Amino acid sequence: MYKAVIGLEVHCELNTKTKMFSSSINEYTKDPNTNISVIDLAFPGILPLPNKEAVKKSLKLAMALNCETPSIVLFDRKNYYYADLPKGYQITQMTCPFGKNGYLEIEIDGTIKKYGIHQLHLEEDTANMEHLETESLLDYNRAGVPLVEIITDPCFNEENEVITFLENLRNIIKYCDISEASSDKGQLRVDVNISMMKDTDTVLGTRAEIKGINSFNNVKEIITYEIKRQTEILEKGEKVIQETRRWVDDKKITVSMREKVDAIDYKYYVEPNIPVVPLSKEYKESIKEEIPVLPLEREKKYISLGVLPKDAKTLVRNKEVSDFYEEALLLEVDPKDASNWITTRILGYVNNNNISFSDIYMTPLMLANMLKMISSKSISTQQAKEVCALCLEEKKTPEEIVKEKGMEQISDPESIKEIVNKVLNENPEQVNIYKNGKTNIIGFLVGQVLKASEGKANPALVSKILNEEINNR
Amino acid sequence: MNITEMKELLDNKTTTSLKLFEESKKKALYSQEKINSFVTIMEDFTKEESNSLLNGIPYAIKDNFSTKNILTTASSNILKNYIPVFDSTVYKKLKKAGAVLVGKTVLDELAMGGSGLTGHTGAVKNPWDQTRISGGSSAGSAACVSEGVVPFSIGSDTGDSVRKPASFCGVVGFKPTYGRISRFGLFPFASSLDHVGIFARNVFDIAAVTDVIKGFDSNDMTTLPDEEINYTDILKENIKGKKLFYIKEIIESAKENESKEIIALFKKQIEKLKNNGIQIEEVSFDKTILETLFPVYFIISCAEATSNNSNLTGFIFGNRMPGSSPKEVMINTRTEGFSEMIKRRFVIGSYILERENQEKLFINAKRVRRMLVEKMNKLFEKYDGLILPASGLVAPKIDESKEPDKLSSEYLILENHLVIGNFGGYPSITLPMGYVKDMPVGINLTCKAQADALCLNIASHLEEIIGIKDICAGGRKDV
Repeated sequence: MYKAVIGLEVHCELNTKTKMFSSSINEYTKDPNTNISVIDLAFPGILPLPNKEAVKKSLKLAMALNCETPSIVLFDRKNYYYADLPKGYQITQMTCPFGKNGYLEIEIDGTIKKYGIHQLHLEEDTANMEHLETESLLDYNRAGVPLVEIITDPCFNEENEVITFLENLRNIIKYCDISEASSDKGQLRVDVNISMMKDTDTVLGTRAEIKGINSFNNVKEIITYEIKRQTEILEKGEKVIQETRRWVDDKKITVSMREKVDAIDYKYYVEPNIPVVPLSKEYKESIKEEIPVLPLEREKKYISLGVLPKDAKTLVRNKEVSDFYEEALLLEVDPKDASNWITTRILGYVNNNNISFSDIYMTPLMLANMLKMISSKSISTQQAKEVCALCLEEKKTPEEIVKEKGMEQISDPESIKEIVNKVLNENPEQVNIYKNGKTNIIGFLVGQVLKASEGKANPALVSKILNEEINNR
Repeated sequence: MNITEMKELLDNKTTTSLKLFEESKKKALYSQEKINSFVTIMEDFTKEESNSLLNGIPYAIKDNFSTKNILTTASSNILKNYIPVFDSTVYKKLKKAGAVLVGKTVLDELAMGGSGLTGHTGAVKNPWDQTRISGGSSAGSAACVSEGVVPFSIGSDTGDSVRKPASFCGVVGFKPTYGRISRFGLFPFASSLDHVGIFARNVFDIAAVTDVIKGFDSNDMTTLPDEEINYTDILKENIKGKKLFYIKEIIESAKENESKEIIALFKKQIEKLKNNGIQIEEVSFDKTILETLFPVYFIISCAEATSNNSNLTGFIFGNRMPGSSPKEVMINTRTEGFSEMIKRRFVIGSYILERENQEKLFINAKRVRRMLVEKMNKLFEKYDGLILPASGLVAPKIDESKEPDKLSSEYLILENHLVIGNFGGYPSITLPMGYVKDMPVGINLTCKAQADALCLNIASHLEEIIGIKDICAGGRKDV
């Protein structure tokens, strides 16, 4: 029986205003070669100017991933020739990466598991290349975009684990606001290293590397495919070749790209144009303070407030949702009620209409006000559902809707008492039936009162007051 | 005419900057056949208004400084049609100061070399004797100032590329502290050693130009913060009590008669300087370390050069050659674009950076560099400057049968010591000290890092005491 050993290299483009070493705009656009400068194109004589925001954001992620961080900023050159690399070298971090020996804690099937982060470093992205039949197109918009590379330990054994890890990682990236992390825009790309070993083996098997995977779904398919492919090879008594493989999506297979990946010598050396800058403790502390409470911690907190574990997970999946919920909590809503409304009604609306959570009209304050109306019994739960739907659809506050629809419940005991007595006066026969012991006639009378109030009277109060009044007769 | 003289004529309206430009241009065109110092001579006069001392003064700049809309070739076939889209900081500052560009000067291909023979437009010849080299790599910049085409020019200095040709051509050549002048827009050779340098025919002019082009540049992270000082203001300050030293082992390494003649001249000048109140001492320096100067320089510079020039692929700019794949385009462009010597340096540089060699060659070379700099820094605590002959040779004869810049199996420390200035990023200046074989010979002064003002101050006194100033080729002033 063979088991898979999987390691990941995750590349994430940072959402800085400008590029890593130039003042070109760092913004995703479909118009090729519009966000470029002499620095991005490596004209002779240009010099790099590191982006402080990118330094800060990558340190932030390193800290969020519990990495050891260095006391200096130092960049290296990675030398290789490729058409997508204008300088002929990439400025990256080899000697002194921003993160080392970190980990990410993930809850899998109810237990918390730690996954090792071997290294995290900051570098610049390459140009985007599109290969046509007889020519290749180059788009330098991406050249020089700040890129964080996260290298995990070879600590995964199956595809679901990998996907859960990636989802959690993406979530943390978004929580830290360092990247949009959209796979569609190529902002998050994954390299998978995978090998197979027997339980009794003491060394790892020969690995294959599959580079530049754009979607988590493909990651899953690739791992499934590679496990099958490598297992079959090993079971035949043959050897897996160390190589880089490429995923062919329409055929759902991987094919060999080049062998002996370790044979490439990148001739790393320290970048001479960027002086070494010290990172003070105070500076690092200030970055650490900017890290928000992360999903796992929030999830634990919500569960302790009585939220169902399933709902707690739903709430933290998107930072905007979680932040919305946190804000509502500050308005002293009932944690369980608020969670219910968000996870069912609000998220239901968002999903059905395929809109972004950030685009909804409802604010945490509106939700809190609506919940207050329910608890003070000025509207019924049934009515609240309508209020919520209208608030999201028609972009009106709950107060406006309640007023417009005349939904305010009559909860004033005196007013209800008045209606009750009127109904009792009008139905002496039924009162007599009640007095003769057939007390379930009260249901009919409640109905009459509600009808008389045009449905606005608070049913519980009606029932209470009706009982009192009828017994007083 | 030097800058001051031109300035006077401009101020009293005896001439105009246009006339000065036309005259320079005429000389440039006329001199081309004789010394071949220009890649490009400017057609048109363009000038910005300014109050600077350089306002209206014609000058030349080495063809490895990026000049927007003006051909910039680095004297290499791979860039023979390259027209930059941006200005180097140095060029921009000169433009703003009202200086008038006359031409772009020939260099050894990509600034690698010391002969001036390897540019793609042909060899630069020594204005004093056209059978001799000008030295390099800032060959054209040295030659055109020596020829009297312009009063000053800009060069670059990675090993001695300003200070050696200055010696061979009988002009003043200065490179300030690393970071004093922005390298933005200077085509890189070896980033940790590259300096911008200046040629002129006297120390005052050097100071005047440095004042204009120095300073912090937000485009170059390695530039130093601005100093509140004008170098032209401090040149005459008293240097009483200043102490210089020369290195015994370097002086004693002279073997050939020519070198011995130069050493004799040097010693004569040292005596003269001492008689004028400057203290000069002989210091002994570990010869083994001195013998590493060239290998260490060669290792570091080739390694950095191979990486720095990896952008020359023909994709975005440069002389692109056809090919059936991106890789082939790149290979064909580079094969066609570089001369053999350049390719050899890249192969050596690449070898040095390889994983299995890097520790032994590159990292060790950097260690030796640091060790040497630490030793020098110690000496600079005691002394104000290091004084030595800039070269143990007068400009060598052009020998077409001999490959320029051939590696030697001997340690030529008298020829290679100027690189100390690049290792430590020290301000270093060469100025004429006399003649051997009817050719000019230079003396070099190197001071501690950031002591640019002191360096120019002492140099100004040396110039006065030695008594050679404002000479053009052939215009020998005997001392």
